[in-house]
Amino acid sequence: MDTPLSTSPERRRFNVADFTERFGLVLVWIVMIAGFGILLPGIFLSWMNFSIMFATQSPGAVLALALIIPLTAGDYDLSVGATLTLSAVTVGVLNAVMGLPLGVAVLAALAGGIAVGLVNAFFIVYVRIPSLVVTLGTTSVITGLVQWMTNSSTIGGISPTLVNMVMRGRLFGISYAFYYVIAIALVIWLVFEFTPLGRRILFVGRGREVARLSGIDVGRVRVGCLVASALLSSIGGLVYAGLLGAADPFSGLNFLLPAFAAAYLGATAIIPGRFNPWGAVISVYFLATGITGLTMMGIPLWVTSVFNGAALILAVTVSQFVRGRQETDIG
Amino acid sequence: MSVPALRVSGIAKTFGGARALKGISFDVAAGEVHGLLGQNGCGKSTFVKVLAGFHAPDPGGMIEVFGKPLPFPMPPGAFRDYRMAFVHQHLGLVPTLSVLENLRVASITARKARVNWREERAAARATFARFGVALDLSARTGSLSQTDQALLAIMRAAEDLRGADGPGLLILDEPTPFLPKEGVDRLFALVRQVVAHGDSVIFISHDIDEVRAITDRATILRDGLVSGTLTTKGSSHDDFVEGIIGRRIARSVTAPSITRGRTLARVTGVAEPGLDIPALEVAEGEILGLTGLLGSGYERVPYLMFGAREAAGGDLHMGGKTIPLRAMTPKAAIARKMALLPSDRPGASGVPGLKVRDNMLLLELDDFMGRFGLNLRAMGRRASALSTEYEVRPANPDMRLGQLSGGNAQKVLLAKWMIRTPDLLLLDEPTQGVDVGTRQQIYRVIRDAAARGAGVICASSDAEQLADLCTRVLIFSRGRIAVELTGQDITKDSIAEACYGHSTLDVA
Repeated sequence: MDTPLSTSPERRRFNVADFTERFGLVLVWIVMIAGFGILLPGIFLSWMNFSIMFATQSPGAVLALALIIPLTAGDYDLSVGATLTLSAVTVGVLNAVMGLPLGVAVLAALAGGIAVGLVNAFFIVYVRIPSLVVTLGTTSVITGLVQWMTNSSTIGGISPTLVNMVMRGRLFGISYAFYYVIAIALVIWLVFEFTPLGRRILFVGRGREVARLSGIDVGRVRVGCLVASALLSSIGGLVYAGLLGAADPFSGLNFLLPAFAAAYLGATAIIPGRFNPWGAVISVYFLATGITGLTMMGIPLWVTSVFNGAALILAVTVSQFVRGRQETDIG
Repeated sequence: MSVPALRVSGIAKTFGGARALKGISFDVAAGEVHGLLGQNGCGKSTFVKVLAGFHAPDPGGMIEVFGKPLPFPMPPGAFRDYRMAFVHQHLGLVPTLSVLENLRVASITARKARVNWREERAAARATFARFGVALDLSARTGSLSQTDQALLAIMRAAEDLRGADGPGLLILDEPTPFLPKEGVDRLFALVRQVVAHGDSVIFISHDIDEVRAITDRATILRDGLVSGTLTTKGSSHDDFVEGIIGRRIARSVTAPSITRGRTLARVTGVAEPGLDIPALEVAEGEILGLTGLLGSGYERVPYLMFGAREAAGGDLHMGGKTIPLRAMTPKAAIARKMALLPSDRPGASGVPGLKVRDNMLLLELDDFMGRFGLNLRAMGRRASALSTEYEVRPANPDMRLGQLSGGNAQKVLLAKWMIRTPDLLLLDEPTQGVDVGTRQQIYRVIRDAAARGAGVICASSDAEQLADLCTRVLIFSRGRIAVELTGQDITKDSIAEACYGHSTLDVA
């Protein structure tokens, strides 16, 4: 008797349906922008508004991009938010307080990110502790270290060179920060789609045993992904420090939840069923548009948290329903 | 005459056109140990599932337990109300909980308020006293030996029966294949205790000698029918074999004699728990079958050779080199042109949620690196060509692997390995869940590989498949190679006979 691996029937979709599924999120985004444009005439639809949003959301976008790498390989990394803060604060302390050259401070911040990734990877891959537990723990450890380093206060006076490279420098009226996001997304997309490594990461995430028996060094791939996410998070920290011109020891963690929401929401678009960089970037700005619009309409601050949390749960729910008939990355 | 413990009449079960049970009838007398035997696919497990209420039988049949007819469909768990208790092969114990918690789980979870541990302890001790078995109540269940765990599960089930008024029926579904000889003896002593308390037992097993040792009577199933009920005392081993395999047919298949090629690979000194192979070799062009009864360990050989499971010791000699099996990894095996097609298709062989093309070309990715990364177009062309070559239906490499039927998915995964032209092809149940037509296509691929000089090792529980495919078959018994069949001696019957004939250690 024939036993199919899964019972889902083959469904040949029309190109229209396929297109809708892939670009549905973009369409909803456009509708949302139009809606706020009508509700907030003259204020919302300004180049200024969007250029500010593109710049200020870039640390969150970098975090979302960092997250999708270990998520694709089947591991969670909750420590990305804390790593972002650690990196920003490292630059602040070394550059502004201790007066070391910016280059040295940046290298130290990136090295700190790699160290966090290696610690996470050691406990997740070699000690075999669930990634959720390990990265929850390292989040708390890093947060404590950051408070010790900064004495729990914001450090100002970071070299203007960094601010120029991230915030003041503009192309088409948008800060460089946004283009860094695009560049990172491009690199991830190329690796995921056009390299053997990308395929191997995908197989490690979807079928660890299949990957192992196909000769893939599963442990090394997972370690690499966790280190990559920590390194990207510390780049996110540099972007954050450049945007503020200062290092804030607390607010970095606020990027974590929107980044998770964006990673999952992004997996329902562009390449549905897979964590993908373009979907993640679009989702970050989609969520930001919603919050910006609501804030401009005078909605109180607490709504932001509700909006982000609801978006995360809704994104996963939608992807379950839309593609419930098949296996996806999301689970 | 007293009411029988179990009366089965005309029970049939059809699964989408395939008749797993074709109307079986038999009785189990009160207070007896009744064996239930048969080959893989004879309908044994289907019958147990009907009895437990997991499947409803086709209309028309009837099952009475102590004179009470079972309602069909039966609500889940209702078998308890009919004074039945089941112990399945996987025992249903939680290894991380204590012996006491596992033994008294029904009583502990039924409590509304506080658990009275002193009372539970006393009840558990009373159970041990009744059956003459003593285990450490606070020990972690997972730390017990296999035998003790089996005894614990059986005692728990027997205790469930005591809750009912009157005697009960205990069904033991293959409890013995992974137990050592002295463990089996202890288990039998416990079964005799259960019967001494007035209950009846159905003992399901592959092992003729065990059935002969413990049962009063035994019913044999063959191809979904009862082939006979034997009184154990008056029946010989051969009577049982004949009941299981059927009337002996004259051998008519003449396999072409194949001159053995050069030895391709040799495994020596494998000594795992429950598996002991001093030496095993496969020659170029040879299709070597490995088989045996459940628990005989043959199916672990391909995984050990490939480095897919951790080995305790032993060496692989191949291509003039000696590799210790402990140092073997799948990566090293692939580098030596070995291939492994595991039996767990969606779990270990291919990823159902990914496309056919991704699954098919996973091992060949580096060959498609162009100047600008992976050449997706060339990959698509290659996957299409392979789908056609390996007759994958539908030949659309953009479908997900899970959308294909079992047979077609298997062809994709076979292609994945065959494009590497492996020297040593290791297969575990290569046609499990594969329809008859597709089976022939898979055989052809395997035969072609052997014809060009590859060695093939095929672990399978399907005697017919081994007879069709193999040039040599090794029959395992309790972790050792017991019988070797070659050339014309390989038939479905001779394989089955060798499996049953050498089912105990002393025979081997």
